[in-house]
Amino acid sequence: MATEAEGGFAIHPMDQFLVKPLFGGSELHWYTPTNATLWMAITIVAIALLFVLGTRGRGIVPTRIQSIAELTYGFVHKMVEDVAGPEALRYFPYVMTIFTFIVFSNFLGLWPYGFTTTSHLAVTGTMALAVFISVTVIGFVKNGVHFLELFWIKSAPLVLRPILAIIELISYFVRPVSHSLRLMGNMMAGHAVMKVFAGFAGVLGLGAIAPIVAISAVYALETLVAFIQAYVFAILTVIYLRDALHPAH
Amino acid sequence: MASEATEAAGHAAEAVEHAQGMPQLDFTTYPNQIFWLVVTLVVIYFLMTRVILPRISSVLAERAKTITSDLERAEELKQKAAEAEEALKKAEADAKAEARRIIEETKAEIQKDLDAAMKKAEAEIAKMAAASEAKIAEIRAHAVESVAAVATDVAQEIVSVVFPGKAKAEDIAAAVAKRAKG
Amino acid sequence: MAVEGDLVQMGALIGAGLACTGMGGAAVGIGHVVGNYLSGALRNPSAASSQTATMFIGIAFSEALGIFSFLVALLLMYAQ
Repeated sequence: MATEAEGGFAIHPMDQFLVKPLFGGSELHWYTPTNATLWMAITIVAIALLFVLGTRGRGIVPTRIQSIAELTYGFVHKMVEDVAGPEALRYFPYVMTIFTFIVFSNFLGLWPYGFTTTSHLAVTGTMALAVFISVTVIGFVKNGVHFLELFWIKSAPLVLRPILAIIELISYFVRPVSHSLRLMGNMMAGHAVMKVFAGFAGVLGLGAIAPIVAISAVYALETLVAFIQAYVFAILTVIYLRDALHPAH
Repeated sequence: MASEATEAAGHAAEAVEHAQGMPQLDFTTYPNQIFWLVVTLVVIYFLMTRVILPRISSVLAERAKTITSDLERAEELKQKAAEAEEALKKAEADAKAEARRIIEETKAEIQKDLDAAMKKAEAEIAKMAAASEAKIAEIRAHAVESVAAVATDVAQEIVSVVFPGKAKAEDIAAAVAKRAKG
Repeated sequence: MAVEGDLVQMGALIGAGLACTGMGGAAVGIGHVVGNYLSGALRNPSAASSQTATMFIGIAFSEALGIFSFLVALLLMYAQ
């Protein structure tokens, strides 16, 4: 914060999203460990702590941590089964992986000085594209040409069908965009807003009651959003999967 | 944008700490992030498929099994309890019937015994009464005879004292009998 | 940051402010979703819990559009 010569009212809400090499230096190769790498590693450690160490006892009567792990499992399992049907349970590990990664990244990003990996378009976009491509491939492998019936709506009048097909096609290809931007935007927006309020608090000094109250409120909302966005990302993945498995529903 | 480029270059030296624009759109960091994201997701995926999901699903299955077997056992025990209750009720009813039967039987037996005893006692009483009557009659007859004998004896003595050697015994007896009769 | 006479920057900041009005639309949308969910839930409380997930998806969809406008605002402010 040495550059506050101009007015002292310099809030830099986007600084928290900077990707920096972890061990100094300014070179950023594709393999350089960065703060994003660090926080992804922390995500893995947290997942391992909860799911591997927490279920170590394999108790019939679960401990608290074990029941959290089981609840998460049951939550995602039920979501996949309810939305996409029992044959989609083959892809349950993929959904579980995505869901746990996002939920842990979101919550770990809420830590002070934390780095939210899911606030980056590179991360969410990669995941959304992976979902998009794999769902399309699954759709064509499972249904062959019938997968295209997803765009050819039989219940509509024949005249409207080509128009609807174009609309459906566009909406199909917009999916990964909205899928990734939603998560990234939510994460970034919340954190940026918090940073802005924190900047106000910094300017006001000790009398900064209103910004601190606002930060608390936004933080509470962010805690909710952190979970809901992970849930939404996962359930949209499952819905796309359902479209791939049963195109003409 | 183009006008900013020179400014950004000027800022670059002093503002290494601060983000120039949105870090999300800094495409130079993309390969790095994507690489590490793929590594992370692969690690999590292997954790999930190798360790976590089999473990949790086995735990859940085991729990479900335990619960169903416990429920079955509870059902079984419940049935057993119901059976035991049924048996108890039946035994109670049986015992009651048995008791009633025994009471009836005993009552009848006692009645019979009582009747027999009564009959016997009555017969005995009648016999004893008859015997007593006979005895009384005998005693009476005997007493009358004795009275006659004593009277004869007394009359003979009196006669022998008053009239010594003159009266015959038969006459006196006949006279006494005549007097006693009449 | 505030260079005098920087017309591009001014336009961008005004545009960012205007883009933020889009968030009001998202707010109205979310209100609609939740309000309709609530009125439906009060009519038929037994079906309410099964539709909570759908409600959250609806919220997420309409919230995403607000986020997009926020994103546009941020792009205008920072991505130049």
